[in-house]
Amino acid sequence: MKINHSRPMYRLTSKSLYIDVPLLGLLLLLICLGLIILYSASNQDLSMVLRQGVRLSFALAIMVVFSFIPPHKYKIWTPWIFGFGLILLIAVMLMGKIGKGAQRWLDLGFFRFQPSEIMKLAVPMIAAWYIDKKPIPISFKTLFVTSLFIFVPAVLIAKQPDLGTAIMVIAAGLCVIFLAGISSKIILFITVLIGSAMPLLWHKMHDYQKQRIFTLLNPEEDPLGTGYHIIQSKIAIGSGGTFGKGFLTGSQSHLNFLPEHATDFIFSVGSEEFGFVGGIILITLMVLISLRSLNIAKHAQTSYTRLLAASLAMTFFFSAFVNIGMVMGILPVVGIPLPLVSYGGTAMVTFLASFGILMSISSHRILFNNIQ
Amino acid sequence: MRLNKSIKNHRFEYQLHNFRLTLLVALVFILSLILVLRLAYLQFSQYKIYATLSLKNQMSIIPIAPPRGVILDKNGVVLADNSPVYVLEIVPERVKNLANTLAQLKKLLPSITDDDITNFNNARKQYHAYEPITFKLKLTQEEIAIFASNQYKFSGVSIKAKLMRYYPLGEITAHLLGYVGRINENELKEVDSTNYRSTNFIGKAGIEKYYEDILHGKVGYQQIETDVSGRALRVLSKQNPKSGARIYLTIDARLQEAAYQAMRYKRGAVVVINVNNGDILAMVSSPSFNPNSFVNGISTKDYKLLSNTQDRPLYNRAVRGLYPPASTVKPFMAIAGLDKGIVTIDTKIYDPGWYRLPNVKRPYHDWKRTGHGIINVKRAITVSCDTYFYQLGNKMGITAMEDMFLQFGFGQLSNIDLYEEAPGLVPSPSWKKRSKGASWYPGDTLITSIGQGFMLASPLQMANAAASLSKHGIRFLPHLLAKTVSDQKRERNYKPVEEASIQLKDKQYWNIVIEAMQAVVKSDEGTAYRFGRKAPYSVAAKTGTAQVFGGNQYEKRRNTYIPEGLRDHSLFIAFSPVEKPEIAMAVLVENDVIAAAVGRKVMDVYHEISKESIVNNIPFWYPDFLRKEIMASIANNQNVKTI
Repeated sequence: MKINHSRPMYRLTSKSLYIDVPLLGLLLLLICLGLIILYSASNQDLSMVLRQGVRLSFALAIMVVFSFIPPHKYKIWTPWIFGFGLILLIAVMLMGKIGKGAQRWLDLGFFRFQPSEIMKLAVPMIAAWYIDKKPIPISFKTLFVTSLFIFVPAVLIAKQPDLGTAIMVIAAGLCVIFLAGISSKIILFITVLIGSAMPLLWHKMHDYQKQRIFTLLNPEEDPLGTGYHIIQSKIAIGSGGTFGKGFLTGSQSHLNFLPEHATDFIFSVGSEEFGFVGGIILITLMVLISLRSLNIAKHAQTSYTRLLAASLAMTFFFSAFVNIGMVMGILPVVGIPLPLVSYGGTAMVTFLASFGILMSISSHRILFNNIQ
Repeated sequence: MRLNKSIKNHRFEYQLHNFRLTLLVALVFILSLILVLRLAYLQFSQYKIYATLSLKNQMSIIPIAPPRGVILDKNGVVLADNSPVYVLEIVPERVKNLANTLAQLKKLLPSITDDDITNFNNARKQYHAYEPITFKLKLTQEEIAIFASNQYKFSGVSIKAKLMRYYPLGEITAHLLGYVGRINENELKEVDSTNYRSTNFIGKAGIEKYYEDILHGKVGYQQIETDVSGRALRVLSKQNPKSGARIYLTIDARLQEAAYQAMRYKRGAVVVINVNNGDILAMVSSPSFNPNSFVNGISTKDYKLLSNTQDRPLYNRAVRGLYPPASTVKPFMAIAGLDKGIVTIDTKIYDPGWYRLPNVKRPYHDWKRTGHGIINVKRAITVSCDTYFYQLGNKMGITAMEDMFLQFGFGQLSNIDLYEEAPGLVPSPSWKKRSKGASWYPGDTLITSIGQGFMLASPLQMANAAASLSKHGIRFLPHLLAKTVSDQKRERNYKPVEEASIQLKDKQYWNIVIEAMQAVVKSDEGTAYRFGRKAPYSVAAKTGTAQVFGGNQYEKRRNTYIPEGLRDHSLFIAFSPVEKPEIAMAVLVENDVIAAAVGRKVMDVYHEISKESIVNNIPFWYPDFLRKEIMASIANNQNVKTI
């Protein structure tokens, strides 16, 4: 039987929408919890919650739109999206040079966004797209080219400097490589390589980035610089206890001891007010969403969609893990927000867009699978 | 075939992906488990610690006063230092009943005065309630012990170690350095109040006041976590204060001390100046006071005692004391006379012991009743002949005199780095009209020409004028600052400022006057012969006697029967060595004749110091015979500045 790969036939899973219902349910649950915590974290500033709500609606709309686009379209567009993102990144860098300062934003007048966010999607896409064409196990040359696709944008992002996003982009890309069946020998080799490159990387880091790592090792040493954040965050979480201090009563966050409590440190607010129970609920939701996404990857019908879905799932999980690890003082403070909970627009749009792609992958079932 | 190579084994790929996906799921579980364990660790096993921390989590920002810059002499001898003392501090916000607490404290520590309470109440207006205010300075060991055992009764009151200004040389440098004292409201308005947030002291006089901005430094902050009663639990962050710059003065502490000792029990002043750059090497005003008592907060009674006594110890006579320069103006008069062509080296007059203006009955007497006989300009200086200068003054006129005096820096501020300086006065007809409403008489000119009458000068001005004379008219701005060394060890040296020099028509005039001044100490009819004849170095000088009280000026024992306060002042200006001048000085002793003797003592010490410094500075690699030769030439008082 002749199969037209470029224009597969799909069967719908739900009646009219390309929605993955369990995933949507989990996402909405997390978003609602996030809004509740934000209400407390913003010191009961309703307008802040409202703004976040508007952003969320916009992001959810994007998710729905992305879910409508069939996966093969993403595959076709992949090189274009990646190229577009790369050009924007370079544009931002040049503008930053002119503006003499850190530059992450591209101001389109009515809309500001960070091109680095596009890369969170574009890098796993291009990696999956490229590896999809190659035989397995992947050759060293393939590995090298894929690494270029990952590290060139990552370096550009790190230079902005936005170390958090750069790490996420690398994680997303590496996830694709890992999944694509890179041999364990190469994994070992790369581990050694990265290990030996560490000193160089350390040398290249900004002072504030180095400071964060020092601080992680010993937060008490720099109690008001970076260490202050970690100490206060740990106090907030630890003082929450089993059931928390209760909604809107977290003294750490309301007395402004906790920095950035609406954005990067919102998990601490939740843990302070809802205690261990609240923390476990948040972590469980994150894990369930990740697992559901990985499940979508498992059932994806093409190599490209599998790689992409798994990578997007892991990007989400890693973001959550790094953020929560950071506020609990086991990871360095890199500016990574808690996905879908932290206040702020750009990252949220990217995540819901990626869930849109995941839903598209899960709901566009090809009638005749090419291997079954 | 190339195509074959690119064909994928989809089944194998699917299996591989599935396996790796399983690994990822495992990773998700492992990492989540780490998070959950960490969360449990923080919220279960560490719960108590963090719960208490969060309860006690009260932070306050406390400013830290910067250590004040140390003041040193040119050789690094410390003149003003900071010494640690214990003080009692009160944070008003944490005191429940302030008035009651203050009363109880006063009962507990009897050394607390009403002044302390008044100061504290004034200070409260300037600070936030949560900021600590120093209540009592300098607690004794006993007081510390008493308070410590009663501390539980006084929440918000605590003992703190603080740095306080200390002047090791005390009275010797009192006028020069000035002192610091508790900052008051008016002073706080003049400075950057953020920077002085926790500063208790500010320079009130002298160098301390003039260089306040350099000495003060920059305030630091610390963010501390406190418990409910306000005790600091730990420091969360600290922005260290930047200490004020160290100041090196041009003063030589040894010379300063020698000058002070020479002036002991006398009223007067000594100023020693380096003629080659304007460095002030010594500046003493006597009697003096103990500046350390001002730092501790002098009691009103003690202050009244100091300010009301006739000796006026608080008054810096060296720059602020104005005296008739008397005969010490004669060298400058001679310069003016020679330069304006009124007299020449050969002009001779006969001095019968008095001078009479045409059409004026009253004669102007010389200090020597019998007169000096035939006299020229050189001898007139040497024997300090009044008659010669009456005549010279009368011929020259007040305007020419005024011009030359002003050129030598009389009658105006020298702009030394002290705020206390007074300008003095060079009289002129217009000045007299303006301030006295009277016209200028020829008699005014006469008495001005011997430095009496209206003319007033400070010892600093006299020393500075002597320096200009020694350098043949080259003048420098007198100054006390040698260099500053900032917190970051950055040195800034003071560069000597040259002022408009005095140009004469013939340079020989300088030598004429200087030779005459040398004769003042060397010639057996010189007025400082007793002082200078045995001096083991070359020196040029001029004495002066300023009348305070009329009476019979010929009376030899004048200074024994007139009440002390009305006796003549004695003055002395000098410079040395004559050939290659290094220092100039002015000495003024109120109501006593010993100015020349004081000058000799100070100058001896100066030469002693410079000899020692030559010996000490012989390079170590000099061979022995050369070393011996140098020592020998020093012993013979030869000029060995060649090293």
